[in-house]
Amino acid sequence: MPPTLPPDSVGLVIPQIAHFDEPLALDCGRTLANYEIVYETYGTLNADRSNAVLICHALSGDHHVAGYHDEDDPGKPGWWDNCIGPGKPIDTREFFVVCCNNLGGCKGSTGPTAINPENRKPYGPDFPIVTVKDWVRSQARLADRLGVQQWAAVIGGSLGGMQAMQWTITFPDRVRHSLVIAAAPRLSAQNIAFNEVARQAILSDPDFHHGHYYEFGVVPRRGLMLARMLGHITYLSDEGMRAKFGRELREGKMNFNFNFETEFQVESYLRHQGRAFVDRFDANTYLLITKTLDYFDPAADFDEDLSAAFHRTQAHFLVIAFTSDWRFAPTRSREIVRALVRAGREVSYAEIPSEHGHDTFLMPIPLYHEVLRSYLARVAREVNAHAA
Amino acid sequence: MRPELELISEWIRPSARVLDLGCGDGALLAYLREHRQVSGYGLEIDGANMLRCIQAGVNVIHADLEAGLADFGDSSFDYVIMTQTLQAVRQTETLLDEMLRVGRQGIVTFPNFGFWRCRIQIALQGLMPVVKTLPYQWYDTPNIHLFTLRDFEQLCRRKHIDILQRTVLDHAHRPRLGPRLWPNLLGEIALYRLGRA
Repeated sequence: MPPTLPPDSVGLVIPQIAHFDEPLALDCGRTLANYEIVYETYGTLNADRSNAVLICHALSGDHHVAGYHDEDDPGKPGWWDNCIGPGKPIDTREFFVVCCNNLGGCKGSTGPTAINPENRKPYGPDFPIVTVKDWVRSQARLADRLGVQQWAAVIGGSLGGMQAMQWTITFPDRVRHSLVIAAAPRLSAQNIAFNEVARQAILSDPDFHHGHYYEFGVVPRRGLMLARMLGHITYLSDEGMRAKFGRELREGKMNFNFNFETEFQVESYLRHQGRAFVDRFDANTYLLITKTLDYFDPAADFDEDLSAAFHRTQAHFLVIAFTSDWRFAPTRSREIVRALVRAGREVSYAEIPSEHGHDTFLMPIPLYHEVLRSYLARVAREVNAHAA
Repeated sequence: MRPELELISEWIRPSARVLDLGCGDGALLAYLREHRQVSGYGLEIDGANMLRCIQAGVNVIHADLEAGLADFGDSSFDYVIMTQTLQAVRQTETLLDEMLRVGRQGIVTFPNFGFWRCRIQIALQGLMPVVKTLPYQWYDTPNIHLFTLRDFEQLCRRKHIDILQRTVLDHAHRPRLGPRLWPNLLGEIALYRLGRA
């Protein structure tokens, strides 16, 4: 007897694959002759195809954003399941929700682990570095394939928020609402510095083999684990870590060892996060996506003027930041809001009190979810008014 | 509240760009959007109010007025409005300056501390006034700057702020004869439209 899935879950979902033979020209100058994008959908596309919502994932996310893959062994649901489902803030009774694994990813879409048609070997480090703009263009192709001319909303947190922003700039008439959560208009030197240390951890792992580790039957475990541990620190906040771990020693321990074994709770937590990540993520993809982050800068195409970048946009924006997020702090979100106001765009901005740092965007904080729920209820009203 | 919205609305030209400082639940902006087709934003610090604005489909920017309006460019709005807020902010003078930097015109409304009931309560009873427009006790009031119409007009003169229009109302927001004749004594709520040459 299989365990029953929660009633507010989208339930059992099966990822789908879209194959594209039309070449995709990338910002780096190279072209992907053909590629695949793996994606999931929840809810039903309405008759005039106006209720589609795109969810964009962040660095380590993928297309499995809600629901379960295995009914007999449900395990953990998708990465934003607390927000997507019948009756949840992104209500699948109202919206047709789409989420895809981005190009360069390692969860089924074409990326470094895919076979390069030119030499029949995995791309590895030869996979082109894709940008947020490339992603948006590839997502637009997927939208075409699904028959979605205009998204009711594009929603994303962190790097996903950057995609939600880029969508409005690249395809002004294809987005009605853009929800930009815990994002930044571009990375700061400090952000890039953290990414660089993460990359060096991977690049300097002896098992990295210049990115061709697949051929050697190894993975740069230590490097990727270190990269994830470092990243994880930036996703939490000082106060959040203090509340969660304090200076507690591991269970059963009373005294210091005076050596370098894991002693503090926070150490075992980070090591666990690092190890678990290695088992589910590819190092080349990690390298690639940190570069995608570093390169994101929509203002660069508009004389460094972010508000000029927003001039052509038509979407309504909801920008959300979290007080204890220091990776993409509220000041960064306010830069986005300021540019939108200067451009005369429709925008609301919510700064949510939270002690959980950057990771808050994945948590069901009541005020945060109420803001999303209220905003999307209005989007749904617009959709239904049109359809009626 | 409704009559105050109507009176403010009469001062706003259609399709104007408006910034509402301390917009509360967004009622004014929703009203102006409907009756004057304005566009713009409300600034609000309270989370519950912000949520109500989002529910009403009003653009709201979560912000602390005390931190100033540095995010907004000079003359980027036709009107900057502050209803029943000026008496509750710390940086009164700075905010007035900011208001008239960001907006071509400013509209403020506030409770008149010179209203005769206030005067009597403090003069005869020796107690801080509690009236319909100032309903709080001294220890729980959000109103930290209490002032009269004359106080405000003196400040405007000193700061070279032009008073373009003034309406004085009773506590039910009605423009009665009394407040019109003796505004600082019989007026309970004041509405000002301000500019700076």
